Amino acid sequence: MTQNLRIALMLAPAVLVIGLLFGGALVVALLRSLDTGDAGFSLAAYARVLANPDFLPSFALTFHIAFTSTILSAAFGVGAALLIRGSGAGRGAMTFLFQLNLTVPHVVGAIGMLYLFSQSGSFARLGHAIGLIERPADFPALVFDPHAIGIILHYVWKEVPFIGTVVLAQMQAIGPDHEASARSLGASRWQAFRHVLLPLILPGLLGASAISFAFAFGAYEIPAILGASHPQALPVLAWRSYTATDLATRPDALAMTVVIALLSGLMLGAYLRAARRRG
Amino acid sequence: MIRDPWWFRALRGFAAGALILWLILPLVPLVIWSFARGWRYPDLLPQNWSLQAWEVALSGRSGVLESLWVTGLIAVLATALAVLIGVPAGRALGLHRFPGKAAVEALILAPLIVPGIAVALGLHAVFLDLGLTNTLAGVVLVHLIPTLPYMILVMAGIFANYDPEIEEQARSLGASPLAIFRFVTLPAVLPGIVVGALFAFLVSWSQYVLTLVIGGGRVLTLPLVLFNFATSGRNDIAGAISILYVAPGLVVLILTSRHLAARPAFAAGVR
Repeated sequence: MTQNLRIALMLAPAVLVIGLLFGGALVVALLRSLDTGDAGFSLAAYARVLANPDFLPSFALTFHIAFTSTILSAAFGVGAALLIRGSGAGRGAMTFLFQLNLTVPHVVGAIGMLYLFSQSGSFARLGHAIGLIERPADFPALVFDPHAIGIILHYVWKEVPFIGTVVLAQMQAIGPDHEASARSLGASRWQAFRHVLLPLILPGLLGASAISFAFAFGAYEIPAILGASHPQALPVLAWRSYTATDLATRPDALAMTVVIALLSGLMLGAYLRAARRRG
Repeated sequence: MIRDPWWFRALRGFAAGALILWLILPLVPLVIWSFARGWRYPDLLPQNWSLQAWEVALSGRSGVLESLWVTGLIAVLATALAVLIGVPAGRALGLHRFPGKAAVEALILAPLIVPGIAVALGLHAVFLDLGLTNTLAGVVLVHLIPTLPYMILVMAGIFANYDPEIEEQARSLGASPLAIFRFVTLPAVLPGIVVGALFAFLVSWSQYVLTLVIGGGRVLTLPLVLFNFATSGRNDIAGAISILYVAPGLVVLILTSRHLAARPAFAAGVR
């Protein structure tokens, strides 16, 4: 048996399963979003989605959620990785909590955020105890709010350990020598970070950020738990359109998921580029 | 080595404390709620403590125990399939260069980045025709979309550090292919397979939207039951289910702590 045939046989089941389930699903979603029954293929569903007054606010909100939470998670993730890399106190606790947090399902984190930040949640009670607020309504709306603050807080909670873990692994692979040389040549702590360490960890940071963005853009359960009823995050809007009693809106729902898939495709491209730079 | 000034160390200590607090914080009300009996605003802590939520959650009537088994069964089946299909693929990617490798790697990465809802709605139409919607088998299949790529990537990493030369030596000594696999290859990669499988289990265990769409509300896994209790205002039962739901992750972490110390990014695939 030739080498290439053996490799092909080892890969075939995996490629077949992923190609059929994942690739097939995307192709079907695309075809059905273009299918208008007897009339053949058309962009009618996309035109309807664009004309839908809920769509653009949903898209903008979802982009805001993904963008803001990813920027914050990337900044805090790098900070947290730097903290853990140093030999200061609490290193073991931080490492353990990072790993624990990675295994906590998103539903649980979102419900925890709900109980923390709702208007009758832990922080509202704390505000009452120290005399800042009287009634629950006095507490600022951090969940079910139009700015999706609760959703963003949840993603920051989940993605800081994710981005932090990826970046930390890269920092450990690089080692402290480059920065130490820079410092001994007179660079300040900030300069050593900005001009030496950051360029070295950037590929890992960008790759992890792309994954975070795509996830936050396409996740359903978190905005379903923490989001306002209007505007809804795009995945929530898509699922509601898909399950509406009127079956005619199904192509519209599929068109929305094609939009989500296209955006995540851009993130996949960004990830692959970053991975190539990492070598 | 330049010694940090005192204010910098103080800042570090403060930041470490804040990070630890922030990481624990969302889990705290869940634990308290699970032991609370009516915890009204503005009480900082419940007036009455009780095990009632746990009694309800662990009784047969609430459906929590049943969904616990369903979730575990789906995760075990999806993981077993992911191991069977993923280990050979991981070997091919970890040990060999071949034409089209970059394309295969992109295909394997894509399901880890493209959100579940984008895949699930398209698949729903096909599974409907095949009679796989609302069935356990359908949910197991759809859980392969995140678990299989994860397993392949883990195994590719394991095989990248594996020297196949030792198999050649066994062959030259007259070992059959089966004996080589059983006594040479398997013992070398088994620890990696076990750790990868434990995390693949968690990947399936954490799925929400794939189960919701393909299971159609008939295949009730733990996160779906948790969602229902949380959105219907049963905070105490939601708290108890949350703890049950997080527990396997904690167990896996403790089992794999030695392995994770050497490869911290291993757990990052779960998310």
